[in-house]
Amino acid sequence: MRDTRFEWGAEYWYWESHMAQTLARILELTLNGRPRVDAVPDNLLLLDYLREVVGLTGTKTGCDGGECGACTVLVDDQPRLSCLTLAAGVRGQRVDTVESLGQDGHLSAVQRGFHEKLGAQCGYCTPGFIMASAGLLRRNPRPSEDDIRRALGSNICRCTGYVKIIEAVKYAAELNAAGVAP
Amino acid sequence: MNEIVPTHNIGSYVPMVDGPEKVSGRAKYTADLISQGMLAGRIFRSPYSHAEIIDVDVSAAMQVPGVKAIVTGADCDKTFGVLPIARSEHPMARDKVRYRGEPVAAVAAVDDATAKRAIALIKLTVRELPAYYTSQEAMAEGASIIHARKPGNIERDVLFELGNVEQGFGSADLVREGHYDCAEVCQNQMEMHAAIAEYDAVRERMTVHASTQVPYYVHLMLAQILDMDMSKIRVIKPHVGGGFGCRTEALNVELITALLARRAGGSVRMIINREETFITHRGRPQTDIRLKLGMRKDGKITAVECECYQRGGAHSGYGVVTILYAGSMLYAIYDLHNVKYIGKRVLTNTPPCGAFRGHGTVDVRFAFESLLDEMAGELGLDPLAVRRANYLTAPTFTDNDLMVNSYGLPECVDWVEKASGWIARKGKLPRGKGLGFACSHYISGASRPVNWTGEPHATVKIKLDFDGSIVVLSGAAEIGQGSSTILVQTVAEVLGLDLSRVRIVTGDSEVVPKDNGSYSSRVTFMVGNAAIDAAQNLKRVLVAAAARKLDAKPEEIECLGELYRAGAQDKGLNFNEVVTEALKDTGTITVTGNYSTIPESHGGKKYRGAAIGGTMGYSYSAQVVEVSVDEDTGVVTVDKVWVAHDCGKALNRLTVEGQVQGSVWMGLGQAMSEETAYHEGLLITGNMLDYRVPTIQDSPPIEVGIVESNDPHGPFGAKEAGEGSLAAFLPALTNAIADATGVRLNDLPVTPDRVFAAVEKRRRASPARAAGRAV
Repeated sequence: MRDTRFEWGAEYWYWESHMAQTLARILELTLNGRPRVDAVPDNLLLLDYLREVVGLTGTKTGCDGGECGACTVLVDDQPRLSCLTLAAGVRGQRVDTVESLGQDGHLSAVQRGFHEKLGAQCGYCTPGFIMASAGLLRRNPRPSEDDIRRALGSNICRCTGYVKIIEAVKYAAELNAAGVAP
Repeated sequence: MNEIVPTHNIGSYVPMVDGPEKVSGRAKYTADLISQGMLAGRIFRSPYSHAEIIDVDVSAAMQVPGVKAIVTGADCDKTFGVLPIARSEHPMARDKVRYRGEPVAAVAAVDDATAKRAIALIKLTVRELPAYYTSQEAMAEGASIIHARKPGNIERDVLFELGNVEQGFGSADLVREGHYDCAEVCQNQMEMHAAIAEYDAVRERMTVHASTQVPYYVHLMLAQILDMDMSKIRVIKPHVGGGFGCRTEALNVELITALLARRAGGSVRMIINREETFITHRGRPQTDIRLKLGMRKDGKITAVECECYQRGGAHSGYGVVTILYAGSMLYAIYDLHNVKYIGKRVLTNTPPCGAFRGHGTVDVRFAFESLLDEMAGELGLDPLAVRRANYLTAPTFTDNDLMVNSYGLPECVDWVEKASGWIARKGKLPRGKGLGFACSHYISGASRPVNWTGEPHATVKIKLDFDGSIVVLSGAAEIGQGSSTILVQTVAEVLGLDLSRVRIVTGDSEVVPKDNGSYSSRVTFMVGNAAIDAAQNLKRVLVAAAARKLDAKPEEIECLGELYRAGAQDKGLNFNEVVTEALKDTGTITVTGNYSTIPESHGGKKYRGAAIGGTMGYSYSAQVVEVSVDEDTGVVTVDKVWVAHDCGKALNRLTVEGQVQGSVWMGLGQAMSEETAYHEGLLITGNMLDYRVPTIQDSPPIEVGIVESNDPHGPFGAKEAGEGSLAAFLPALTNAIADATGVRLNDLPVTPDRVFAAVEKRRRASPARAAGRAV
């Protein structure tokens, strides 16, 4: 007979629930272009802050931490895995999620690329790919195919085989060159 | 007037109708439906592989402040399962646990941290039983029984011989036998399983949001498990983040969530994590295959003997069907006679397998196409010539009574031969590079649904009202494959209207007609045909109204989409005028379209289970894969894939390309790196780093050729496009590796260590050969 309290990562859960007792602090940030202030526990992940506190569910949870890239957001224009980032850690920074893209209700260049070239099938990994691609185009408006593969190397998609994702980003770069914001 | 033409969309590149929601983050998946007051659900899972349950003590867990409900196996004695003949599974284990990770109890609490705390206080007391992790162990003499009514731990035994195999081998010039071992793989779709159940205690109604491919089957199983009247249940399928077959049956996740919600008298949101999603499994079983083929000097196959063992896991699921597909789908791709099949579906103490994309066909196709390639080499024949020597001639029926009406395999083979430069390049590539070739096929929906009710196979409704917008109502589950787009396209095409006039509503049992669901590649073919029927019925109503208004006969009315007129000189009526006239008699118009398969497609009766494999149309695929192999490290790089797929008619070239590329790539994952591995039943690859999914850096360009054989029964001639191209990748890859190195890999996945070991073995066996190019 075994004591099952020490199976299935129970120790980790004790640790985590203990951590939940830790302090909260004030988080000031610029979220999708708007200033915002919240009280957040020290151990709250940026991903959970965005989804469960703010209600921005465009950013997705696809794994148990740092495996898939579905939760990618931009922090000061740099792609960041929000599941490995503490909310309290982005104090004073600019955080952009997929909901920030597009202007006046129109799709951004990257969004158009993923829609028109079928870079999105089920759409679940799409916000992460779109934010990683937007980050790429913000720092490198004319990426080579190799640049694209490197920039998206930590995002996983199970639907497309990535072929049309590469086409989508190339097309987005063309639109971007023609004046559509990434 | 002459410039007016109906709008056409079929055969063009049409972005998905729900694309804007997906790229803007507005698309809501189950886990996104957050509302105030919702409880968090969590599952307590068995740490034992096989054990008799003595006690499940939840008393300490119940005392945790914030815990609102706990349910255990004791709360539900009903079983569920997709096949009416094999409902062996309880939502939470009773009496016995049969795999590590099987649900035993579940908690609903005010938040996730509280639920986790309660889970940690649940005490499970058991008496452990011997556990079996391979087919051979489970089938061994004296092994203890996993399910009471399955002696020898055999879920299903299949045996048939059609023709005379002995004579067939006797007339062969070459007989060869190969042994193949394909690892278990998991769909690992991007969205982890999630469910939200809302119990309305006042009205005694249950609403369940589930990440499923089969809302109807979930509905049936909820009624059974909850012991509730079906009319009291509503199932909603929000956006779904992929499925690939793991969601083609009701899963314990949604059933447990509903049990919790009823116990708590409220709403429960259950999001299981990635590791638990792997454990819920329903992937492709580990498969051992022994295959023997007889071949004449000209490449003609004279006999086939195939023995197949599938490690099915702890419950039946689709198992009976999977082991039958593996045998029946030996047919319908080549002209085969004298075939013997021995299949065994084995119960083991591992998570239950299911219907992974290419259901049942993939591993056997890998073995078949590998051995064909090997034998072609031995007879000095071109691998393509061997296939050409064995083509079917459509229309025909196979020896196991499968109906083949359209057959584009020859065109597929021709296309990849040309596109890849096969003739000029095969055998002439530099050392370490190789080309491999293989074919595969798949059904466009099973001709008889697993849950046979006698209703039409598919039903679509269309609503037209005062505003002139056309609303398609369908239960077909959009899971990212583009079914909603195809249905909008077909309706718009029949009516000659622009896509912008047509909207679609799916995924809510309260609103849409029942549909069997998105599996076995049935939606485009069956629901597409039903949508065409519905649109034609609507067109008849509109034409009759236009005739009345224009004082003409219906047969004189010309429908140009936005314009209905009684002859080229007539000014006619615009669409809104026709709608206004049509509504005068009946008010809001709703029409129904149905589709049923024809009895000839239902397969035969020559052996038990011979109906499995029957379909209205088979898709075909041919592939050439180019690889580079580094013999010093065993690393294989896929440089390029050329794939041709016969989808009958590409209704939407963009989504056909996307589906074909996606299936080829999923085959690449299975062939090269993916494997669910267990240590004494404990999953040790329960994340996307250890379960090695190819990244964008590992993935080759995939060039798609679309072959259109125009199936006589398909909607606009279409057949399936989303599964048939998966299987051919696996053998095309190993055939390419054999071409590059001279070593043949029969065990999947072909990881660098396996390639390296095989190359080393070859080097030791013939040092001289290592110096020159292998053939």
